[in-house]
Amino acid sequence: MTADTSTTAQAPSRRISTQDDPDAHLRTNPMKLVIGLVGMVVVVWALANLFLAFGYHPEWFGNKLVIGLLAIITGVGGAALLFYFLNMFVEGLPRRLSEGAIPYAFILPGLFFVALMLIYPTFQTINYSFANADSTAYVGLTNYKAIFGSAEFWQSIVNNVLWLLIVPAVVVAFGVIVAVLADKLSAPGEKLAKSLIFLPMAISAVSASAIWLLVYAYNNPGQAQTGLLNAIWVAFGGDPQTWLAIDTLKLNSILLMVILIWLQAGFAMVLLSSAIKGVPEDTIEAARIDGATELQIFWRVVVPQIKGTIITVFVTVFITVLKVFDIVYVTTNGAYGTNVIANLFFNKLFAQSEAGQATAIVVVLLVAVIPLIWYQIKHFRDEEASR
Amino acid sequence: MSRRLMKDGRPRSPFSIVTMTILALLWTIPTLGLFVDSFRSRDDATTSGWWTALANPFSTDWTTSNYVGAWTGQDMSTGFINSLVVAIPATIIPIMFAAFAAYAFTFMDFPFKEFFFLLIIAVMVVPIQVAFQPMLNILGPRGLGISGQYIAVWLLHTGFGMPLCIYVLRNYMSTLPRSVVESAKIDGCSHFQTFWKLVAPMSIPAIAAFATLQFLWVWNDLLIAKLFLKSENTTVIVKLQQLLGTQGQGQELLTAGAFISIIVPMIVFVTLQRFMIRGMTSGAVKG
Repeated sequence: MTADTSTTAQAPSRRISTQDDPDAHLRTNPMKLVIGLVGMVVVVWALANLFLAFGYHPEWFGNKLVIGLLAIITGVGGAALLFYFLNMFVEGLPRRLSEGAIPYAFILPGLFFVALMLIYPTFQTINYSFANADSTAYVGLTNYKAIFGSAEFWQSIVNNVLWLLIVPAVVVAFGVIVAVLADKLSAPGEKLAKSLIFLPMAISAVSASAIWLLVYAYNNPGQAQTGLLNAIWVAFGGDPQTWLAIDTLKLNSILLMVILIWLQAGFAMVLLSSAIKGVPEDTIEAARIDGATELQIFWRVVVPQIKGTIITVFVTVFITVLKVFDIVYVTTNGAYGTNVIANLFFNKLFAQSEAGQATAIVVVLLVAVIPLIWYQIKHFRDEEASR
Repeated sequence: MSRRLMKDGRPRSPFSIVTMTILALLWTIPTLGLFVDSFRSRDDATTSGWWTALANPFSTDWTTSNYVGAWTGQDMSTGFINSLVVAIPATIIPIMFAAFAAYAFTFMDFPFKEFFFLLIIAVMVVPIQVAFQPMLNILGPRGLGISGQYIAVWLLHTGFGMPLCIYVLRNYMSTLPRSVVESAKIDGCSHFQTFWKLVAPMSIPAIAAFATLQFLWVWNDLLIAKLFLKSENTTVIVKLQQLLGTQGQGQELLTAGAFISIIVPMIVFVTLQRFMIRGMTSGAVKG
């Protein structure tokens, strides 16, 4: 009986309380505000301390696998908790304020990382490019004078331009050819051929360089050649060559470009292949009925319809090439006239501890990507408009 | 006539078959060469080409000593574990932050939305080299003093992967039916609940796509690992690069080292390939 009365007594009182204040959710909820705020502070504080402890006292955790596992759990769990409290805090705000604040609560943590790792450093790098070797005092334009006055810098620029002229175009052309030809194979044949060409995508530039250094290997004349290229060359009656030391006609740079083309071709092929498969069959059929040759069909019907993908692939590879570093660094480290901008930057920063000149080089790189940023934004706007 | 048609009725193209066979071989042979040499002794590998071993497989002394030497002698094992410890958190952590941002960019309207998103698109193209000197100062001895530890590299990869992750997830989320989110709202779900219960589970394919790309990128990275990890924390790729720099003694270990560094990304790549292709076709460009 008592239990019965208590429930009947509670039910109306609850109803009354909501009737009392039907707009409760429109007002500030101090409880949620406080818990949300305290929760956020605690989570950030705890996460910051834990992650700093990973850095300062790795020995506390015993094993590096423990650190890795803890980082995954606390990183993901901490982020979830942070958003939970952030959401609670924002919901505690009066309705109108909370509606406006939620989107920012969702984007700000992500934007914080972008701002810290990419936006702030961009301006700081420009700032440092006017400072000395350890970024402690301003030196005016000295760094720019130093890099623009060095032959190595100009040689790197020339090489980079060559890489940019050759690699993206070859990769795109290759991707188109492979995509078109693979489309004519039987289904299992197409799958196998594409998988084999796509596979290098998983290989790091360092491993790829190791693979190709064996192809370019040199043994003294008279000895058996262990490098495939020299073996073929000798079989045709040539003398063994130290390929990567030959800078006539930039041969060595071109041989290094081969490595990047080998790595990137699969990427181009996959994108272009899916674009070609998306070309409506009836447009090709109509051209065929009108008596167009296969080549005409390709240039006049297929290419115009996959132009968008061609440009996307070209731009993506272009950006990769602009920053090409690993391949040059591990094969020649810029010797024999093969240096490129990103490798020059790395050696200035790492080997020579010339942060001023290194950042000045990055500024040159930044100027070079400005048209690409403009293109990306324009491309995005066009795509949104057609959505 | 029937001989010249394939099962699906299309005509067989001898030109395609020949060209594609040649290209597929060209793409495979360099890797095959290194692979064969990784199982040959130093003397064999320096005195004859790998193809001679392949031509007489039974008279060749196949050996796994290169792998043993690279794994223990050159301490590739430590590098291997370090790579795992670096790559897995650096792949997973950005996703959480990016997914919330992508949700807001897709399903909410707010002032400066376009500005913030264009900012994300713009920084995707910015070369990551801009970050090095400033971040060396912030994370290094002059700042927090955590440079050299895993945490420094996790932070950097989280930051560098974030724009791409937001972009890929947002592109995917914008293909989800808006009505689902709107009906959840009518049912009284907050944005937070809608995200967890509906949008996040539905976005799993895009999350897998980004995760595959980011994992390969972090595992295969040389630049950040070399600048921001001290030698006992360094990754398998940096170990391999150091092996490449050695001449003479120990060079035979290089071939085995290369394959030790390739094996994990290769497994990830083969198993998650279709997700990765989806990630790439969503117009992914990374700076």
